Amino acid sequence: MPAVSFQGVAKTYSGARGTLRALDGVSFDIERGEFFGLLGPNGAGKTTLISILAGLARATEGRVSVMGHDVIEHYADARRALGIVPQELVFDPFFSVRETLRIQSGYFGVKNNDDWIDELLSGLGLADKAQANMRQLSGGMKRRVLVAQALVHRPPVIVLDEPTAGVDVELRQTLWQFIANLNKQGHTVLLTTHYLEEAEALCGRIAMLKQGRIVALDRTANLLAATAGSVLRFKTDDALPADLAAQARVTGRIAQVAAHDAAGVEQVLARLRAADVKVEDLEIGRADLEDVFLSIMQGNHTVAEEAA
Amino acid sequence: MSAVIERGAQGARPLAGARTLFYKEVLRFWKVAFQTVAAPVLTAVLYLLIFGHVLEDHVKVYGSIAYTSFLIPGLVMMSVLQNSFANTSSSLIQSKITGNLVFLLVTPLSPLAWYVAYVGASMVRGLAVGLGVLVATLWFGSPGFAQPGWILAFALMGSALMGSLGLIAGLWAEKFDQMAMFQNFIVMPMTFLAGVFYSVHSLPSFWQGVSQLNPFFYMVDGFRHGFFGVSDVSPWLSLGVVGISFVVVAGMTLRLLQTGYKLRH
Repeated sequence: MPAVSFQGVAKTYSGARGTLRALDGVSFDIERGEFFGLLGPNGAGKTTLISILAGLARATEGRVSVMGHDVIEHYADARRALGIVPQELVFDPFFSVRETLRIQSGYFGVKNNDDWIDELLSGLGLADKAQANMRQLSGGMKRRVLVAQALVHRPPVIVLDEPTAGVDVELRQTLWQFIANLNKQGHTVLLTTHYLEEAEALCGRIAMLKQGRIVALDRTANLLAATAGSVLRFKTDDALPADLAAQARVTGRIAQVAAHDAAGVEQVLARLRAADVKVEDLEIGRADLEDVFLSIMQGNHTVAEEAA
Repeated sequence: MSAVIERGAQGARPLAGARTLFYKEVLRFWKVAFQTVAAPVLTAVLYLLIFGHVLEDHVKVYGSIAYTSFLIPGLVMMSVLQNSFANTSSSLIQSKITGNLVFLLVTPLSPLAWYVAYVGASMVRGLAVGLGVLVATLWFGSPGFAQPGWILAFALMGSALMGSLGLIAGLWAEKFDQMAMFQNFIVMPMTFLAGVFYSVHSLPSFWQGVSQLNPFFYMVDGFRHGFFGVSDVSPWLSLGVVGISFVVVAGMTLRLLQTGYKLRH
């Protein structure tokens, strides 16, 4: 039995301005103990899919289960098995950190949970904030409390919806160490993120969503191997010729162009010389997840879906 | 698509978690008790001072009851009703707008548990304010406690009914001004016109008839019967009207919670 199962999940929003198909037949399983990444551009349907999993939204079609419990028919069991870290930085201003965590435990029927709460607080670097009111915490601290809240009932499946958006480096390190540890202990983790290097470093398997459909689903290593191969990276102050610009990934002064073999590298260099583009710090590197992501999202690549 | 319904009982304990939510809701208003309990008590006392002072020498109700004494139970009940409504409605709309309702939505709490906890806490707030008003106004004249059973019955049912109505308003409203509309154009006029400040017998017969279409009138009148042993209509009639209103509103509230109305999209 998989930890999480999506079967033919569709979601249609009907509004005054017509209907929007946010999800269109999404099917895949996440096995127990996996660290699974769900990637996609804004509006691809990631948060909708997670909302359906958590019971915050209802699928128009299809079924979703957590540890074998259907999220509608057996919602109580499904929600007990699930810990959700929401994307928005929300909090209840009436309570302190410890009160917040005790209340959340109580909702799940967990009594006398202070030992585990203390462990969560120290693991997330919140021990000295236990008595502080939620209003007094910085954004990063509030984010840590959200993580602790999701874990108070020791759920076997943990969902993190862009947990590191707008979070400083130190917290990111603490957070990933903590989550990776939980994953080692057997917790299943589902992660959505915009930081592709995080997904590449952490996730064993990755699904990519585009316009409500799964466009890639494979082991992270396979995705990296199957798609782009090598790239040519360089710095330049000049404008790239139009044909190269169309396929390049440009970040400030740094440009990156796919070049699968020696002939490809020669071709790119020849174009640069012909266009009189001055380059510095030229290097040949391996494609990273961002290249895979971009090439899939631009639709010039398809990766066969792994049988779920 | 057929409506998705969350059935109440999942597992052996349909009320699991309700106690925590109840506790949280009580703690929420208790932490700001100055604003949620003391302020409405002060408002009610001001009403009593002003109306009581102006009308004390001019009006006797039911033949022999001094106006100030007559006013006390009405003000107590008005405070109970308004504050029970305010507790559920403000809590829910705040949680919706700030987004922290998500913490509750991801839990296994059943719709029944939500209902019992939210309405239970609103009853505590309403009754606490009512008791505060009663104690504070006893300085100005004792209304007598002729039939305490009626006092208790109408206080409990009235606060439960208004707590439920507040839950509906909180689910329905998406903005604070929608909530203010509900409060200012429905709850306030209906409580003010429920015979808090007068016996409806003093009204022209047309307005007596209109007053008797207002379910809030029966809550106030039945409650007052418990203090004086006399009232505009039979307390049994009031009990019937309030009881049926409660069952209807509670049923509607539970149904909205089960279908996830404006909660689960």
